[in-house]
Amino acid sequence: MILIKNCKPHDLLLDGAVLRKAGKGAEKAEQTVDAKGLVAVPGLVDMHVHFREPGREDKETIATGAAAAIAGGFTSVAVMANSGRVCDDAVGVVYVQAKSREAGGANVFAVGAVTKGLKGEELAELGKMSDAGAVAFSDDGMAITNSELMRRALEYSKMFRKPILAHCEDTALTKNFVMNEGPVSAKLGLRGYPNAAEAAMAARDCYLAALTGGHVHICHVSAKETVDVVRRAKKQGIRVTAEAAPHHLLLTDQTLVNYESKYKMNPPLRTQADVEALIEGVVDGTIDAIASDHAPHTSEEKEQELAACPNGIIGLETTLGVILSIKGIPFERAIDAMTAAPARILGLKGKGTLEEGADADVTLIDPKASWTVDPAAFKSKGRCTPYEKMKLTGRAAHVFVGGRQCS
Amino acid sequence: MALDALLKRCRAWKHRHLLGTKDLSAKDISLVLDVAEELASLKDIAPLKGRRLFNFFVEPSTRTKTSFSLAGRRLGAEIVDFSPASSSLTKGESLKDTARTIESMGVDFTVIRHGASGAPAFLSRLVHSSVINAGDGTNEHPTQALLDLYTMRQRLGKISGLRVALVGDILHSRVARSNLWALQKLGNEVTLVGPSTLVPHDLDAPVSHDFDRALRENDVVMMLRLQLERQQAGLFPSVGEYVHFFGLTRERLATLRNGTIIMHPGPMNRGLEISAEAADSSRSVILNQVTNGVAVRAAVLLLHSQVHA
Repeated sequence: MILIKNCKPHDLLLDGAVLRKAGKGAEKAEQTVDAKGLVAVPGLVDMHVHFREPGREDKETIATGAAAAIAGGFTSVAVMANSGRVCDDAVGVVYVQAKSREAGGANVFAVGAVTKGLKGEELAELGKMSDAGAVAFSDDGMAITNSELMRRALEYSKMFRKPILAHCEDTALTKNFVMNEGPVSAKLGLRGYPNAAEAAMAARDCYLAALTGGHVHICHVSAKETVDVVRRAKKQGIRVTAEAAPHHLLLTDQTLVNYESKYKMNPPLRTQADVEALIEGVVDGTIDAIASDHAPHTSEEKEQELAACPNGIIGLETTLGVILSIKGIPFERAIDAMTAAPARILGLKGKGTLEEGADADVTLIDPKASWTVDPAAFKSKGRCTPYEKMKLTGRAAHVFVGGRQCS
Repeated sequence: MALDALLKRCRAWKHRHLLGTKDLSAKDISLVLDVAEELASLKDIAPLKGRRLFNFFVEPSTRTKTSFSLAGRRLGAEIVDFSPASSSLTKGESLKDTARTIESMGVDFTVIRHGASGAPAFLSRLVHSSVINAGDGTNEHPTQALLDLYTMRQRLGKISGLRVALVGDILHSRVARSNLWALQKLGNEVTLVGPSTLVPHDLDAPVSHDFDRALRENDVVMMLRLQLERQQAGLFPSVGEYVHFFGLTRERLATLRNGTIIMHPGPMNRGLEISAEAADSSRSVILNQVTNGVAVRAAVLLLHSQVHA
């Protein structure tokens, strides 16, 4: 039993794997943590990460990813299916869970592929993956361009009450893209990905959710038009939720003027108008969740000319600091977007809440801690971050998973 | 001017690399043109004796590569040529390793041509030599623009207050971008002319789809090479339609106003964007461009040699 005292909003008692309000029985605690000046929040949940295992353990393993999550204050993460061996069957789901238990860091939940081999041709065994513990389905990294298949996926997944996490990209419009399409890409002579390619697919998926009654969740919203699409769909009562990544809430395509690969990701960094629309979307709840899209690659892969290097940056260890450093997102909304909202979307019972009887996953945040991002200190195998040397305010001081202190 | 005086003048140059005209000031550009002009009158000089130039052409090119070789030799530099077919790049060595390996053999200038926009910028962060961009993807081809400006000044007697039409596939043209930035910095009025699918509207320059009008209104008409695969990519319906609207045909040649010159960075598609009559007419300065390329590239090398001297 661990007693956490002197923190806001109130003291907490971790009774084994169960959370209690500290009151009667606190005197029985074997360990006391003095959390003066800290804020206790539910263990943070990142619903969109890539850990690469099995298959590309050189980029990240479930163990290093789970350790990175803890370092960043996250007690639960959902890993996408596009590892070296695609997680498109129950075996893949069970493997992720076994490796997660072995690692003993954050809880790692599996997202199963929507289609076999992420090929966008045939549905994977969504039911068996659901039974094995998959929390959602996604071909993230690849777009499901076949509308009929997307329709069936939404219809079928409804049976298991699991959402489809949609990577919205009309790939005919984004061939060989390197960055956002706009004045900056025109000047730099780089192939662009226009906002319309994301928003049009998001609109399609919202209409398909309306048609089928399925739950579609729009991944990594980057374009202001997509925020509008989701806002309108929600008003119409369509079962749609959405997430945004920290880099899309802070950085713009202007960062690419020196052709640096640490600013190359999919979807790409957009303009200041998009950043502002996204922040507005987070604040008014149109965008439910904040998720890192943590996408580790090796240094050899990232240290190439822009056209040749892969998309993606890491984020688990910087998300909290970046989000708390963004002016305009109130602390309570930011925390909700990294706790209750993703837990609700993924149906994670006992997560994302500090209610009596919830899982004893707790993050103690020092909102005033000022720190400088140093990739060499990351637990992740990935080193490619756009935030290197950036000064951030706000950091996880202590993390508890299942009643056990992890940091 | 004697060589010593010229070298002294070169010290005004502050850039270690030449990545694009984007990064140059009007003063920088004028200095290149002036040094090129002075160099043209100096014989038997070898200010770059003992310096090595690495001609790193990952994408094929004949004229630019030859031009850099001649420019380097004129100043007494040693040339190391690189051809991708026989190199370890085809064995999976990264751009980073190939460049650093060659540089370890002692290289002062890395002249790079690469298919990826930004490759020279990437390289400039990794090597110690001066990186000279000889064309990167659809980004820039700065020495081409500098020799174009040199040719304009030579033929028209000035390089500001001119009206210049860049005609054709602006979207995929590094020559157009380098010319646009350089010409605008010196106070020229540049119009981008071509089909709306091949002319970006957000390059901070006026766009026109009326080629006939452009022929009447400009001092310089620069035709750009049209790649036939753009038609397959759906960017224009047919070669015939393209020529009808944007080809510099014999008929259009006759409508050019007095004094207007015709330019083309090459290689030309005769009969496509430019007719034989136009290419070979007295208005055409296309061969002057090639000749001037050597002097301008020599000037670029000389200027950069003074920075890390």
